[in-house]
Amino acid sequence: MTLDERLQNVTIIGAAGKMGSGIAVLVAQEMSKLKLKPENKDKIYRLNLVDITEKALDGLRSYMKVQLVKAAEKSTVLLRQIYVDRKDLIENGEIINAFVDDTYALLNFTTDYNIAKDSHLVFEAIFENEEIKIKVLKQLKEICLPDALFLTNTSSIPISYLDEQAGLGGRIVGYHFYNPPVIQKLVEIIYADNTTEELKEIGLEFGKRLRKKLVPAADISGFIGNGHFSRDGLYAMNKVEELKDEYGYHGALYIMNKVSQDFLVRPMGIFQLIDYVGLDVFQSLLRVMRTHLKLEHLNSDQLNRFMDKKITGGQNPNGSQKDGFIKYEKNRPAGVYNIEEGKYRMFDEDWRAEIDKKLNPTNEKFAPWRALLMDGKKMEKLETHFNNLKGMDTYGSTLALDFLKTTKEIGENLVKNGVANSEKEVNEVLMNGFFWLYGPIHNFI
Amino acid sequence: MTYFRKKIYATAGFNTVSLGTGRKEFHPKKPRPGIEHYIKEAGLGSINQIQNPENIDEGVIGNFMAARFCNQGNLGGFFPMVHPTFQYKPCIRVEGACDSGGLALATAIKTILADMADVVMCIGVEVQNSVKAIYGADYLAGADWFSGNRKKGHVYFFPDLFSRRAGACYEKFGNEKVREGMAHWYVNAIENARKNPDAQEYHNKNSDLLATGMTSPNPKAFCEHINVFDCSKVSDGGSALIFASEEGLKKIGVELKDAVEVISYAQVQDNLTTPPPDLTKLSTCAVAAKRAYDRAEIKSSDLSVLDVHDCFTIAGLLAVEAAGVAGYGEGADFITDGNTKSDGIIPTNTTGGLVGYGHPTGASGVRQAIDVVKQLLGKAGDCQVKISPDKPFGMMSSMGGNDKTVVAMIFRKE
Ligand SMILES: NC(=O)c1ccc[n+]([C@@H]2O[C@H](COP(=O)([O-])OP(=O)(O)OC[C@H]3O[C@@H](n4cnc5c(N)ncnc54)[C@H](O)[C@@H]3O)[C@@H](O)[C@H]2O)c1
Repeated sequence: MTLDERLQNVTIIGAAGKMGSGIAVLVAQEMSKLKLKPENKDKIYRLNLVDITEKALDGLRSYMKVQLVKAAEKSTVLLRQIYVDRKDLIENGEIINAFVDDTYALLNFTTDYNIAKDSHLVFEAIFENEEIKIKVLKQLKEICLPDALFLTNTSSIPISYLDEQAGLGGRIVGYHFYNPPVIQKLVEIIYADNTTEELKEIGLEFGKRLRKKLVPAADISGFIGNGHFSRDGLYAMNKVEELKDEYGYHGALYIMNKVSQDFLVRPMGIFQLIDYVGLDVFQSLLRVMRTHLKLEHLNSDQLNRFMDKKITGGQNPNGSQKDGFIKYEKNRPAGVYNIEEGKYRMFDEDWRAEIDKKLNPTNEKFAPWRALLMDGKKMEKLETHFNNLKGMDTYGSTLALDFLKTTKEIGENLVKNGVANSEKEVNEVLMNGFFWLYGPIHNFI
Repeated sequence: MTYFRKKIYATAGFNTVSLGTGRKEFHPKKPRPGIEHYIKEAGLGSINQIQNPENIDEGVIGNFMAARFCNQGNLGGFFPMVHPTFQYKPCIRVEGACDSGGLALATAIKTILADMADVVMCIGVEVQNSVKAIYGADYLAGADWFSGNRKKGHVYFFPDLFSRRAGACYEKFGNEKVREGMAHWYVNAIENARKNPDAQEYHNKNSDLLATGMTSPNPKAFCEHINVFDCSKVSDGGSALIFASEEGLKKIGVELKDAVEVISYAQVQDNLTTPPPDLTKLSTCAVAAKRAYDRAEIKSSDLSVLDVHDCFTIAGLLAVEAAGVAGYGEGADFITDGNTKSDGIIPTNTTGGLVGYGHPTGASGVRQAIDVVKQLLGKAGDCQVKISPDKPFGMMSSMGGNDKTVVAMIFRKE
């Protein structure tokens, strides 16, 4: 069966979630473009969007409308060609609305899995929970056509394990979109031991059609992206334990966050990133990796203590950032938590100036990530920056260079342990999926 | 012998900031001033430079598409809002696409020449940031023959029309040469805009403008032969300029030294339903310029300053040819060689032009006239160029649609 044929009936499970909803927007557009080809006009296309509650589906309905409009606004050059014979559609606005309506008409919103019975392609994007994922996949195996193919968005669970437990016989592939799927170009593709050749091809072809950057990762828990992120985060947390006696928990957190953002020129500090992803998600990531890789050290007491206090980070329903390691005001970091004291220490208190001075006594100005992002000479500038750090011999530069070295080792180990084929894949994932300016495996150090 | 039956003067010009992307104070999601604000701000800015606003007899408002961008018609109704003494005075709104401002200038002058008024305030205005560019493109397509051409046109209808002109020029005169000329046009526009605090590109800090100007076109997302930097901006803004007879100047308390004489203009209309005769020329602009020169009895080489309608860099390039300052096919080299820079042979678009200052469509023609007048008066601030006594002339040429509606106007400082 070709991809085009499979795209006639598709189901997304967990469609109202962060990832599921984004995948839904992408898949819906592709299906709609097919349906609008003159030769397909009599065929029926259906995209089934399944989640657990009607309330979640209501949210999804409005999200789909808004996102489909945005997507259509970006592809109007193509849409004008598609609708060239529709004499009644003249203005861009009319064409955009027509595409949104035509696409929306393909959608089924439901809480009933049985809708998937005619699907040839199923995207799974429910919570990162092994038991539930396996249970749902088993159920779907019974409901769906015997040749249905499954693409799971899991961030860390080995695909072969899911395949085995759900008894899918190789009809599953890891298709790891990044958040938000509509914008992020990266997809990690992970083959289980038995993933069928047909599914491998479908995965590659679909990625190409979505104009995503597909990076292969081995079927080892965490894959490349989270394999790196988890260890990078753990390093920072462990370092906090080391520094806390001198600077307090809040000071230590602040230091590691600042060093990773300003000194390592990343889009955000490591603790802000964990807050963004969610402490709960990070904790469960560590748990899955710990279990499957049998590596006890993939754990953090500190993180567990935050979770015990129900401090989880992540986003509010309106998209604003919830407090985590860091406290946010208008989505900007405004303080850091001191777990010992059980309260946030705000940036405007006097502890901060002292630490800033200690980190960077000469008040050296570093070009921020944003400034270098579009800079054609960014690699040269980064090299100068890191050479600068090497020459500085300050508290901040020492911490930064240690972090830089560890980050590099984590990347190199991913290659050594066969998670990534080569350095290239590691660097591609961190640069595309995490928006780093440079890959972790570099010659700066 | 002069062309007009009596002397006409222009004075007290005022431009608002051209608001849109590029300006620090612009946020697409935050509320912004509406069209009535710009009419009032521009009008008051002009009034503040005269003694007796109560002696302004009439108003003319140039505007292109408020009906779609702002759901607003009957714009003359905003004139009495500018000043209490304008209540019950005549005001007329004129429209000629992006030359609406040009038509407003012409209308003001005609009213005075007809002895119906001694002083006319001319206001150009447009607010376009009310919708995303992709929808605005449809509204602006109204400057062409909509029922005949919109359906077969491009997403970005007007950029595509000028992209085709660029393509035709590449073919005829050489891709590299023309492309470079366009990029240099961009550089000059931004460099001049950086000297003009009201310009949309005033805050532009790009250190390699030429490279930006040379950006390769991306037909999948935009046009085949031009990039987004080749385009003027989506802008909100207003401009006001007062025209008066000799008598009128006295009435409003403006001395002759603070006014510039209008010595000729030409208003030229081409048929909207016919395609341009030659994509490598702005034929209508050329007719307008020639008539304006003839009527003023001067040559293009008599100009000290020029302001042309560079809705796109390629339009700027073709416009200097149409204005006769560069020969046919020589515009690109003329620009690349620096002749249109502020210290060049003919300083052109000295305050940024449509690419640098911005293009609040209905305001542009008025804005161009104001900037020429200011140059001739020596009041152009950091943008001031040299006006030599033997060449006391400046010309503006404003164009609506794809070279369809044109006003060219020549000013002289005595
Ligand atoms: N958020 C990210 O940054 C990110 C990035 C890459 C991959 N992922 C992975 O994507 C998957 C989904 O993550 P998310 O962040 O979108 O989570 P989410 O919590 O936003 O969404 C999960 C959705 O699944 C639904 N759901 C749960 N159980 C279900 C069931 N039994 N049947 C149907 N629907 C069910 C929930 O109602 C919810 O709408 C996870 O495997 C996660 O690891 C997440």
